[in-house]
Amino acid sequence: MTFIKKTLASSIAIAAAMAMATSAQAEISDGEVRIGYLADMSGTYRDLAGPGGLEALRMAVEDFGGSVNGAAIEIFSADDRNSADVGASTVREWYDTRNVDLVAGLVATSVVVAATRVIEENNGLGIVSGAAASAMTNEYCTANHIHWVYDTYPLANGTARAVVEQGGDSWFMLTADYAFGHSLEADLTKVVEENGGEVVGGVRHPFPTDDFSSFILQAQGSGAKIIGLANAGADTVNAINTASQFGVVEAGQQLAGLVVFLNDVHAMGLDATQGLLLTTGWYWDMDDESREWAERYYERVGTMPGMVHAGIYSSTMHYLNTVEELGSDDPVEVRAAMAKKPVNDFFSRNGYIREDGRMVHDMYLARVKSPEESTGEWDLYEILTTIPADEAFRPLSESQCKLIN
Amino acid sequence: MTMIFGVPLAVFMGQLLLGLINGAFYALLSLGLAVIFGLLKIVNFAHGAMYMLGAFATLLGMRYLGINYWAALLLAPLVVGLFGMLIERVLLRRIGHLDHLYGLLLTFGLALIFEGSLVNIFGVSGARYPTPEVLQGGYQTGFMFLPKYRAWVLIAALGVCLFTWFMIERTRLGAYLRAGTENPALMQAFGVNVPLLITLTYGFGVALAAFAGVLAAPLYPVSPTMGSNLLIVVFAVVVIGGMGSILGAIVTGLTMGLIEGLTKVYYPEAANTVIFLVMILVLLLRPAGLFGKEA
Repeated sequence: MTFIKKTLASSIAIAAAMAMATSAQAEISDGEVRIGYLADMSGTYRDLAGPGGLEALRMAVEDFGGSVNGAAIEIFSADDRNSADVGASTVREWYDTRNVDLVAGLVATSVVVAATRVIEENNGLGIVSGAAASAMTNEYCTANHIHWVYDTYPLANGTARAVVEQGGDSWFMLTADYAFGHSLEADLTKVVEENGGEVVGGVRHPFPTDDFSSFILQAQGSGAKIIGLANAGADTVNAINTASQFGVVEAGQQLAGLVVFLNDVHAMGLDATQGLLLTTGWYWDMDDESREWAERYYERVGTMPGMVHAGIYSSTMHYLNTVEELGSDDPVEVRAAMAKKPVNDFFSRNGYIREDGRMVHDMYLARVKSPEESTGEWDLYEILTTIPADEAFRPLSESQCKLIN
Repeated sequence: MTMIFGVPLAVFMGQLLLGLINGAFYALLSLGLAVIFGLLKIVNFAHGAMYMLGAFATLLGMRYLGINYWAALLLAPLVVGLFGMLIERVLLRRIGHLDHLYGLLLTFGLALIFEGSLVNIFGVSGARYPTPEVLQGGYQTGFMFLPKYRAWVLIAALGVCLFTWFMIERTRLGAYLRAGTENPALMQAFGVNVPLLITLTYGFGVALAAFAGVLAAPLYPVSPTMGSNLLIVVFAVVVIGGMGSILGAIVTGLTMGLIEGLTKVYYPEAANTVIFLVMILVLLLRPAGLFGKEA
C-alpha cells in the first residue's frame, strides 16, 4: 500500500477501535445483568431473609420488566449456611466463572465480612441487606459494597435509649459470640452509658445456641433490671422462650430485643413478646404504599415481609434503575451513580447513600402489641416515633471507615 | 455473698443443677448408643435422627391426632422403636457379618435421608411444643428458680437409665442378651432366638433415643436438624465412657453435663467444645475409655 493509504487505513482502524471501546464501556457486560443472591437458606437466619428475600428480589426484577436496555437479567442464588468459608468461596466462584454483576442478600456478618473482601478484590458491587453489624460501614467498609436496610447503631440507639429513659438503667448483656454480637454489644454499651445507665454484667454464648438455660440463669443472678439480647434470629427466639420458662419477666426483669424481626415476633406469639420495644427500618402496615407492596409479597410467599425483604426489593430496584440510566453495569460506575440519587420508595423515606456506603433512611421505634390490641395474625407492631435518617445512623465524624479518612 | 472463683454461690449451685439436668439427658442418649454398640457392635449414626423422630412424633401426634404429652411419652418411643426394628430387620441384618464401618455408613446414610426429607417438608426453623400444663411454672429453691419441667426431665431420664442398667445387668433377659452377643452360635444352640433378640435390642436402643426426644420437645425447638447437633456430643460422651460400658455411659453423661455447665459459667465461649477436649485427653491417656473393657 502507498504511504497515504496506510496512514488512512490505520487512522480509520484506530478510530473504529476507539469508537468500539467507548461503546463497549457503555454496554452491559456479557449482554446480561447477573445478580447473585447469597443468604442463609436453611439455618438460624433463614426466615429474616432466606428464600423470602430471593422472592423479593425476583419481584423487583419482574416489576422492572425482566430486562435492562434489552439485556436480560439473570438471577442465581446460594445457601451460605452462615459459614464465612462457604460464603467467600461461593462469591469467588461467581466472579471467576459467572461474571456476577451484583451480589445481593448477604446476611450473617461473619459471611459478609469475608464476602465483601472478595467483592473488593474483584472490584465488584455488593448490596448488604441482611447483616446487622454497624462495623460493615465502619472498620469493614469498602468502596465496593453498600449497606442498605439497617445496622446495630440505630437499633441500639433507638431501643436502648427508649428503655433507659423508661427507667431500665442496669443492663446484663447476652451476646452472640461472633463479630455481629460483639459489634452490637459495643454499640449498646455506649448508648446505655451515655444515657446514664450501667452495664452490670454480661455473657457471650456460642453462635448458634439452642439451650439458653445456663445463660438466663446468669442473667437472673446479676440482678440487672434489663437483659439485653445482643443476638438475632433463632438465638433471640430461643433466649426469649427460655426466659419465659424461667419466669424472668414474672420475677421483675425485662427483656430488650435489639435485633428482632417481624417473623420472630410472629413465631413467638404476642403472649411472649407483648410490650417488647424494638427499632425497625420498615413495617408492612405503616402506610398505604407499604401495605400495597406487602400484600403482593404475601400472595407469593404466604408470610408478611419484614424490613429485610422490603429492603432487598428496594435496593434491587434502585440498582436496576441506575444501570438503565447509566447504560452500563460496571460496578464502580454504578456504585457512584447510585449514590447520586436519593432513595425514596415504599421502603425508604429520606434515604440516600453516604460516602462510607451506608444507606441512611428514617427508622422507626415500635412496640409489640398485646393480644387484645391486635386485630389480625400479622397486626403485630405499633409505630411509636420516627427516628430521622440524619440522626439514626453513626455520624461520619465518629467513623473509622478508610474511605472517609 | 460467698464466691466460688468469682461466681456467687447461688449462681454456681444453679449452674450445677442445670448441668446435672443436661447430663441426665446426655446419659439417656449415650445409653441407647452404648446398648446398641456394646451388645450389637453397630455404630448407630442414626441415633440423633431417632431422637429427632421421637420429638417429631410428639409434635405431629399432638398437631394431627390430639395425642397429649403423657401419651406421647409411651407412644412415641414405641412407634420409633418399631421403626427401628424394621430398619434392623430389613437393612442392618444384611451387613451384620461385615466390618463395623458398613454399619456406620448405612446408619449415617439413613440419618441423612430422614433429616433431608423432613427439612424438605418442614423447613429448618424449629416448631414450638408447649410445656404440659401440670409441669409449667417452677420451684423457688432458694438459689435459683427451677422450672418444674426440667426437674421432671432429670427424674425421668435418670429413672429410665437406671431401669435399663438394671434390666441388662441384673435380669435373665439381660443375661441372654449379653450372652447372645458374645457367642450367638452357642445361644442359638440352646434354643434362644438370637436374631429376634438382636432386633428387639436395636429397637429398644432406638426407643431410648426417641424417649429423650419426647423429653426434649418442650425444651428445645423441634427441628429436623436437632439430632445432628446433639449426636456428635453424644458420641464423644460414649467414647469417653467406653464404647461397651452401660454404666460408663450413664456416669460419663452426667459428669460431662456437669463439666459443660461449669464451663458455661467460667468460660462460656468454650461451652460447645469442652467435651471434645475431654475426649481427646481420655483417648490419649486411656483409649478404651474411662469404664471401657476392651481396646
